[in-house]
Amino acid sequence: MLKVHNLNVAYGESHVIHDASFLVQPGAAMAIVGRNGMGKSTLLKSLIGMVPARHGSSINLEGRELVGTESHKRVQAGLAFVPQGRLIFPQLTVEENLLTGLETRRYKEIPSFLYEFFPVLKDMRNRKGGNLSGGQQQQLAIARALASKPRLLILDEPTEGIQPSIIKEIARSLNALRAELNIAILVSEQVLSFALEVADRLLVIDRGRIVREADKANLNLDEVRSYLTV
Amino acid sequence: MTFRRGNQAPRRKAVIPAAISIEETFVTFGIFVMQLFNGLSLFTILLLMALGLAIVFGLMGVINMAHGEIMAMGAYTTYLTASFIEHHLPGLMGVYLFIAILLAFAVTFAFGYVLERGFIRWFYHRPLDTLLATWGLSLILQQTYRSVFGAQEVSVPLTTWLSGAWEPTETIQLPLNRIFIVALTILVTLGVWYILHKTRWGLRARAVTQNRAMSSAVGIDTNRVDALIFALGSGLAGIAGSVFTMVGSTNPGTGQLYIVDSFIVVVFGGVASLLGTAASSFLIAQMQTALEYLMSGSMAKVAILLLVITVLYFRPNGLFASKVRA
Repeated sequence: MLKVHNLNVAYGESHVIHDASFLVQPGAAMAIVGRNGMGKSTLLKSLIGMVPARHGSSINLEGRELVGTESHKRVQAGLAFVPQGRLIFPQLTVEENLLTGLETRRYKEIPSFLYEFFPVLKDMRNRKGGNLSGGQQQQLAIARALASKPRLLILDEPTEGIQPSIIKEIARSLNALRAELNIAILVSEQVLSFALEVADRLLVIDRGRIVREADKANLNLDEVRSYLTV
Repeated sequence: MTFRRGNQAPRRKAVIPAAISIEETFVTFGIFVMQLFNGLSLFTILLLMALGLAIVFGLMGVINMAHGEIMAMGAYTTYLTASFIEHHLPGLMGVYLFIAILLAFAVTFAFGYVLERGFIRWFYHRPLDTLLATWGLSLILQQTYRSVFGAQEVSVPLTTWLSGAWEPTETIQLPLNRIFIVALTILVTLGVWYILHKTRWGLRARAVTQNRAMSSAVGIDTNRVDALIFALGSGLAGIAGSVFTMVGSTNPGTGQLYIVDSFIVVVFGGVASLLGTAASSFLIAQMQTALEYLMSGSMAKVAILLLVITVLYFRPNGLFASKVRA
């Protein structure tokens, strides 16, 4: 469903992503792993349109070319994004944060399954988003993304700065949500165990290039680890 | 439009003999009430002006130096409406003000929308250029008004039911047009609050204010939101202009009289806080009128500026900056 071809991204003169090409199948879960500064975030941000891709790149979602379109058009097309650092709206209440996700109008109101998956959001729905803990904000960011009823959910390092018990909980929620909503997931990670728990296919990124791609079943774990350790 | 602040207070010249102390208390009370009302009436004017500015500056970070000229546009629209109705539909003169307020809003709203799409949006992330560009625009508008309406002041006839004053006691006279403006200001402020906090449109506006890139990444069409915020801010300036025709006359430089005070109000109250804007207008207006009563007008201004500087030194984000963790 998502076909990325020859993706090149640069910040001014510094070329960050080189000729990335990969495919995400409908309903599949793919993890992009790599060390800090290897281009994971840049890659994902270019998919949602927060950083521009270079001329000649192609990001194709179900036949629709997304390069050059604004982020909100891509969300309308079926992408949803949970950024690194969550970036929920701190001054809006939890409920208002969720309402901002309804812009695609695929749900008329906040779907009740969101509160079922993340009960803490229901308890806190009148609190300001900025007053939630890191883990709660992460859940809010995921719920906000899901409120747009995406076909592909993109998450950028969802485990960053979150305590281990909550990380497990997030992995469980993501798996359950994927099964229930039949959406595809593309997640970037440094924590290999989380990536393996969530994804069934792994991409390894190193210095802006995709260097390995394999199904979880026939993965050379030692080799992947060698890319993750300094 | 020259409106002299605090000119409504009858300054008591004669010293009342100590013997009639009840009478004296009564008169003092009257002066006190009149002073309060003068402050209130300046408050409404500052608030109407600052609301539009707070929305544009607070929500979009755009310093619009032409805001005053947009207000003047509202005033001129009111003048044109009044002239038209006076000559062609004299039967409607009693309610022309309401028609004029709506028209002034519509005209300035549309102007703001076009201005944002065609001009302002090319200056985002370039605050200094915005300052210069909108200042240039304000000069262009002023000259346009001068060419079209002439350099001399124009004024509108005051509706009969708004002339005169309400006199609850012998020493207190509250002009009816001022009471009307107070009521209208309250209505407009509540309307703005409702739009920003209770509608989907307002939610989009508040989201974009907090994080533009992320708003787009959750699916909000940020360009449209920008244009509408700017249009609403301009529309409010238009209403302000329309209302001011009731207390003063309009000339091409009218907007300049209010722009600085309005910026002070917005910055003092805390950017992006409606409550802050309201409270800060109230405080500044009451202080201005009270100090003007006690000392000269320019000393009052100096005192207020000193207070604003002191407060901003300790609270750089203004009086009502809201606090959350992240």
